[in-house]
Amino acid sequence: MSATRTFAAGYLESLLAGQPRWPASPLAWLNKLRAEAVDRVGVLTVPTIRDEEWRFTDLSPLTKLSFHPARMAVGLKAADVERFRIEEATTRLVFVDGVHAPELSSVARDGDVVVANLSAAGAAHAAAIDLHLGRHVEFRDSVFAALNTAFLHDGALVVVPRDVSAVAPVHLLFIATQKDAASYPRCLVVAESGSAVTVVEDYVALQPETYFTNTVTEIALGDSAHVDHIRVQRDSGQAFHIANCAVSLAHSSRYRSVSVALGARISRYDLNVLHTAEDADCTIDGLALIGERQLADTHTCIDHAKPHGVSRQLHKCIVGGAAHAVFNGKIIVRPDAQRTNSSQSSRNLLLTPKTHVDTKPQLEIFADDVKCAHGATVGQLDSEALFYLTSRGLSDAAARNLLTYAFGAEIIDRIPVASLKHWLEQAVLEQTTRQP
Amino acid sequence: MIQQNGKTLLEVRGLTASVNGIDILKGIDLTVRSGEVHALMGPNGSGKSTFAKALAGHPSYVVTGGTVFYDGKNLLELNPEERARAGLFLGFQYPVEIPGVANSQFLRLAYNTVQAQRGNDELDPLEFDDFVREKMKLLEMNPDFLDRSVNEGFSGGEKKRNEVLQMALLEPRLAILDETDSGLDIDALRVVAGGINQLATKDNAIVLVTHYQRLLNYIVPDYVHVMDAGRIVKTGGKELALELETRGYDWVSAEHGAAAKATA
Repeated sequence: MSATRTFAAGYLESLLAGQPRWPASPLAWLNKLRAEAVDRVGVLTVPTIRDEEWRFTDLSPLTKLSFHPARMAVGLKAADVERFRIEEATTRLVFVDGVHAPELSSVARDGDVVVANLSAAGAAHAAAIDLHLGRHVEFRDSVFAALNTAFLHDGALVVVPRDVSAVAPVHLLFIATQKDAASYPRCLVVAESGSAVTVVEDYVALQPETYFTNTVTEIALGDSAHVDHIRVQRDSGQAFHIANCAVSLAHSSRYRSVSVALGARISRYDLNVLHTAEDADCTIDGLALIGERQLADTHTCIDHAKPHGVSRQLHKCIVGGAAHAVFNGKIIVRPDAQRTNSSQSSRNLLLTPKTHVDTKPQLEIFADDVKCAHGATVGQLDSEALFYLTSRGLSDAAARNLLTYAFGAEIIDRIPVASLKHWLEQAVLEQTTRQP
Repeated sequence: MIQQNGKTLLEVRGLTASVNGIDILKGIDLTVRSGEVHALMGPNGSGKSTFAKALAGHPSYVVTGGTVFYDGKNLLELNPEERARAGLFLGFQYPVEIPGVANSQFLRLAYNTVQAQRGNDELDPLEFDDFVREKMKLLEMNPDFLDRSVNEGFSGGEKKRNEVLQMALLEPRLAILDETDSGLDIDALRVVAGGINQLATKDNAIVLVTHYQRLLNYIVPDYVHVMDAGRIVKTGGKELALELETRGYDWVSAEHGAAAKATA
């Protein structure tokens, strides 16, 4: 145990090595936040499988490698990133290895919606930032969130003012380009009361390199605000991706998210949604499509702190090769949260005998007048459906591919951005065709 | 209709089959020639659906004895997709719901697979859309069913129409329709039966598996077979169905039992 801790502490020190050279912010409180995060990294340790929250996800392949903070300025051309363009998104903010790339970004005027680099927009939007940045993702307990906060500099800031509905989706594109680089993408989305916006948070790689992406996203919804959040993790198959996202829901607000994990050798996504007021509504859906020796871990927590909240969750995993999928879905219904209506479903499709799924619904209900439904299934393709398709002339392989695709398409279909949906449908189709 | 020179499409001799180790079919003999319509009737549990699924090649229905020749080929050596491509079609009693697969996508995939086998051109999505809409008119189906997932949320009657639509697209030489009439109200029954009648030609054959006579008011069979306990125990013309409707099945079983005893 002590050896592990020493090793892990050394690992964190080496990750922090570049931090003192990070440019200071003109905002004193931001520098203070970073200093505090550095202190926390000093106290916390890298989790091991002895930690309950990490018992299925062994990070030792990550801690065996060393990563340096991403260096500045990899000169990418617009053509290099063209293939990641989402045509509906007239506003695109691009970050290369975590560093804002204004020459690749395009910000179209959409009402009074603010889409800007966090470090540049700090002064103009200090009020919104101060109120929310670092306030929703708890970095005091999470070493990865603390690391991200220690490196806080560039990031995506989206502020949708009161009663404004963004017309076009906002595309936040994070491109990894450097081998052995560690990057710390950061997003803050503030949807003020009565506003509406669709945000696509998108992680991509130029090359199949080994790198480490450690993200933090905070999303705050004001009263009656609507946010659609699409998260796509299409990292390199050699990469490590660790992400923390926290969402705060005010009165009658509605949050819908679809997260899709395709890439990374090891990925972990922690999504925490807090119902801070009555009548809030969230739908969080997820799809992990993995093969070979990939591991995709999704931990979600929906915290119903106030009455009349609604939450729905459908999480699916398609696991091929010798891959390993983990899902832990916690739902808390606090004593005050009467009339909560919550449903959760975890469905897992195993394509080979070597795959592995750990799925765990975790309900903690302290109110008595609530409706909570949950279920989990792990299985193979339905043999009756296979027979139905082959009885119409489809080959066994074609029938299997179609059913595998269909299993994933149920989640992809919920993405409200047509071109992204189409791209993902093709990606799922290609990946399912490749699976043994 | 019975033809003097009808080609033998299906020849079943002494077929036995089991499901989960339980013997269900205990020696079936049946010959179907092109142009003919056969009705396979019998009480619940007599083995009608098992026979239909065994012919289509369902992996859970294990053939333990006997022979089946289809169009001169040993059918039992073919896997389900080869049987389908050779022109055998099973209309399912309980069509399977496939969430996430658009009906249009499924129908086109099936159509193109079978067309490719026959050396015909495949249709692209636009061409297929025109083609399938024409076929849907035959069954008075709303084109909205193309955009929905295969059978998902379809009513019983809609699922059966979708089965007959597949038959219309795939143009099988031998169609086995397993209780295609169940779950249909009287108007839907008329439409579906009308569609099936339009698909019957002198070159193909249809086996209607049904519990009730009412479908046979619309599709007149050349032969009516009664199954009981895994065997065909009586064969007659269309008038046999009417007799079954008024007298039930018990007398056939009793008659067969007495005959079996007499020969023993």
